[in-house]
Amino acid sequence: MIENAPIRRLIAHLVLILGILVVAFPIYYTFVASTHTLQTILRPPLPLLPGKEFFANYWQALFGGIGRIGGVGVDRLLLNTTIVALAVAIGKICISILSAYAIVFFKFPFRMTAFWLIFITLMLPVEVRILPTYKVMVDLGLIDTYTGLTLPLMASATATLLFRQFFLTIPGELVEAARVDGAGPWRFFKDILLPLSRTNIAALFVILFIYGWTQYLWPLLVTNDNQMNTIVIALRKMISFADADTEWHLVMVTCVLAILPPILVVVLMQRWFVKGLVESEK
Amino acid sequence: MAEVTLKDVRKVYPGNVEAVKGISIDIPDGKLCVLVGPSGCGKSTLIRMIAGLESITSGTVSIGSKVVNQVEPADRDIAMVFQSYALYPHMSVYDNMAYGLKNRGTPKAEIDSRVKEAARILAIESFLDRKPRQLSGGQRQRVAMGRAIVRKPQVFLFDEPLSNLDAKLRGQMRIEIKKLQQTLGVTSVYVTHDQVEAMTLADVLVVMNEGRAEQIDTPIGVYERPASVFVAGFIGSPAMNLMKAKSTGQAGLDLAGGGSVKLREMSTPEAGRDILLGVRPEHMSVVTEDDADLLLDVSVIETLGADTLAHGHVAGGKPGGGELVVRLPGSTRVNVGDRLALAIQPGMAHLFDASSGRRI
Amino acid sequence: MSPRVTFPNKILPYLLLAPQLAITLVFFYWPASQALYQSMLREDPFGLKTKFVWFQNFAKVLNDPNYLNSLKVTVVFSASTAIIAMGMALILAVMADRVVRGRGIYRTLLIWPYAVAPAIAGMLWLFMFNPTMGSFAYMLRATGYNWDPLLNGNQAMVLLVSAAAWKQISYNFLFFVAGLQAIPKSLIEAAAIDGAGPNKRFWTIVFPLLAPTTFFLLVINTVYAFFDTFGIVHAVTGGGPGKATETLVYKVYSDGFVNLILGDSAAQSVILMVIVIALTAVQFRYVERRVHYG
Repeated sequence: MIENAPIRRLIAHLVLILGILVVAFPIYYTFVASTHTLQTILRPPLPLLPGKEFFANYWQALFGGIGRIGGVGVDRLLLNTTIVALAVAIGKICISILSAYAIVFFKFPFRMTAFWLIFITLMLPVEVRILPTYKVMVDLGLIDTYTGLTLPLMASATATLLFRQFFLTIPGELVEAARVDGAGPWRFFKDILLPLSRTNIAALFVILFIYGWTQYLWPLLVTNDNQMNTIVIALRKMISFADADTEWHLVMVTCVLAILPPILVVVLMQRWFVKGLVESEK
Repeated sequence: MAEVTLKDVRKVYPGNVEAVKGISIDIPDGKLCVLVGPSGCGKSTLIRMIAGLESITSGTVSIGSKVVNQVEPADRDIAMVFQSYALYPHMSVYDNMAYGLKNRGTPKAEIDSRVKEAARILAIESFLDRKPRQLSGGQRQRVAMGRAIVRKPQVFLFDEPLSNLDAKLRGQMRIEIKKLQQTLGVTSVYVTHDQVEAMTLADVLVVMNEGRAEQIDTPIGVYERPASVFVAGFIGSPAMNLMKAKSTGQAGLDLAGGGSVKLREMSTPEAGRDILLGVRPEHMSVVTEDDADLLLDVSVIETLGADTLAHGHVAGGKPGGGELVVRLPGSTRVNVGDRLALAIQPGMAHLFDASSGRRI
Repeated sequence: MSPRVTFPNKILPYLLLAPQLAITLVFFYWPASQALYQSMLREDPFGLKTKFVWFQNFAKVLNDPNYLNSLKVTVVFSASTAIIAMGMALILAVMADRVVRGRGIYRTLLIWPYAVAPAIAGMLWLFMFNPTMGSFAYMLRATGYNWDPLLNGNQAMVLLVSAAAWKQISYNFLFFVAGLQAIPKSLIEAAAIDGAGPNKRFWTIVFPLLAPTTFFLLVINTVYAFFDTFGIVHAVTGGGPGKATETLVYKVYSDGFVNLILGDSAAQSVILMVIVIALTAVQFRYVERRVHYG
């Protein structure tokens, strides 16, 4: 710090606090709403402090079932979404670490072809191939299955590229030392590469967990059955301004429960998450 | 224990780049062979072929009596110390040393005793639980050595193991490596670009240049009878004086840069032949003008304490031609502008063919 | 690429690549090629006959006023979102760089929205601003302003942009903070010795040196606003009112899935694909220059 001007620092703090208010307020607002009765919510303005219905609302939403989405409880939605997010994150990490390993540590015909095949998928997000992908899913009988919800999301170039970039920084002499020490490809992978990739894997896990949790278009396409909805899609189905019978208090609860797990993951694993985010996008 | 034999070993990289152009070396059991040369001379490729990390284009590498061309590095019974040490960053010192033994299925108790033994020899017992990043450069170097010796291999391979250390530590470790190699009596191959390391460590010294072995000899043989201009210029510091000359046919040479040099006690090539005369700075001494083989006009003096280096040109020569350095005892008093009468010590003048660069 | 040290196995690498390549071929290349093929087909209204029509679908789409409208909507939406999200994030990052105490806490409190799904971000803002029960809608109306984003297209757009930008602030903030930390302190000190005051230092030293980060974020935010915000549009406005918030991606979805005009939808997909390729190319051209690949 060059200047030690207390005024400038005070302004900085004030701006930051203002920023936090803007950033956090929508979440807080929803939380407050989730603790009031439906009647209170429908009579704006909403009180600024939480109400007394916390337990009643959360209990009903979690275990009582919600009429508009076929009586499915939020517990089921959370389970679905957790399965999807975990499967996508873990599956993607496994698949891409293996392919990056092949591309960096082996020489074989069509190595670069494989690399480009993977790389080009960066340019084919699901949004640009909605209908034909849907058709593939129908043909394979994957609609309304966990496989259908997760498998197509597991292959993508970003994770592979990140691992490739990291593997390229591993000195060749380390590989040679391992070979002299009698480690074949599998032992090298298990004993040396995996432990060295720990931080990268942790960072990627956070990012991919969020990615899986927040999917929208894909689950929208491949689920019809209310039992198979992810929480985000179910939430969309619960809301209607046309119908007077939207159970807003339960919507608010579901919304809070939909946000909470990924926020916890991000905040608790902040260190890896920030590192991984800033590095993976470079 | 085993001898290492290379027979006409060649390495051609894709794109027809020939890195090693047919080298044959016999390293007797228990001896240390140093491969020395400038970067890009093929010495690293050669040691990596011995290790099995590079495929061999043609020729054979044998360890003991067995040709190992097609044998995996892990099965060659070798151990290697790398330039960057290549320690596994996530393993403790102990695990780094034990890893190769574990992979071979050595019993735990055996691993433990061997690691402890190696740690004792290298005085790294107190760091066994640490991770490599918590160690200094010298300590890491020791761990890398330890990883090699716990294996009790038939052959040690050292790929520039000291080049990441500072000068003082390098000198110390050099001596330790020498001692260790002698105590353990393991046949070793050692790659370096540092001629001091090469001279002090080698039993067999191989000077390499552009993929060929210029000379294979004892260190003293290389020093005293360099086989080529390249070897003459590469080994020795300050470097050997090399001067273009023409033979007069009568125990003397006319220097291309002017002036002349007498040659005694050696047969001179036929008159008119273009040759290079090589004389090491330390192989000339100040004498009276009658006994002199050449006269030097001094232009620059470097006082090093133990020695004094006098730079100048041969009397009668044009400045800029026939430059010469002489190493004199530190007690010698010389001034710029002096004319020194110098005699070449008997047998210490080297003649090389000007076109082939080979020794005559 | 430098010559890498590799293992000499012949079959293993193919086995390692197999899962990723299999998924990629089945779920990426096959559908993408289908989209290309379909973009040149036209079905008769009863779905009985299909005809290969070359680029007619593209011509039709590009001349369709609805498509041009949605292009305009997308540009307005993306530009506003990117500018607002990046502007706010930059201000916050500069402020965070200035404070010493509490930096970690501020960061923790500012990164929440990253974890919120775009669709939910849209809903959060809808809760606050919908005319039925939103507190802010209530307050706006109390001041006499006629606020109803469900009927007024511009207001709907404002709501979408707010939600989309809000969600993206955290991401931009983290990158700006990293960018600011990468600027050597000695440069700022040199500028101070050269007599530049704090504001001048920011605009003449810090801001130009942040240019790579800014440019990178611009590309990322554009991609985000183009594609990832489908959920916001779908959850909040459904493209309405009228077609005031129908973005390109949303139109592909509604033409293909709701209106079942397959050829048009496929042609739009292909146009989108071209846009992604262009954006990715720009991004990598720039990345290639900044990051050294081994």
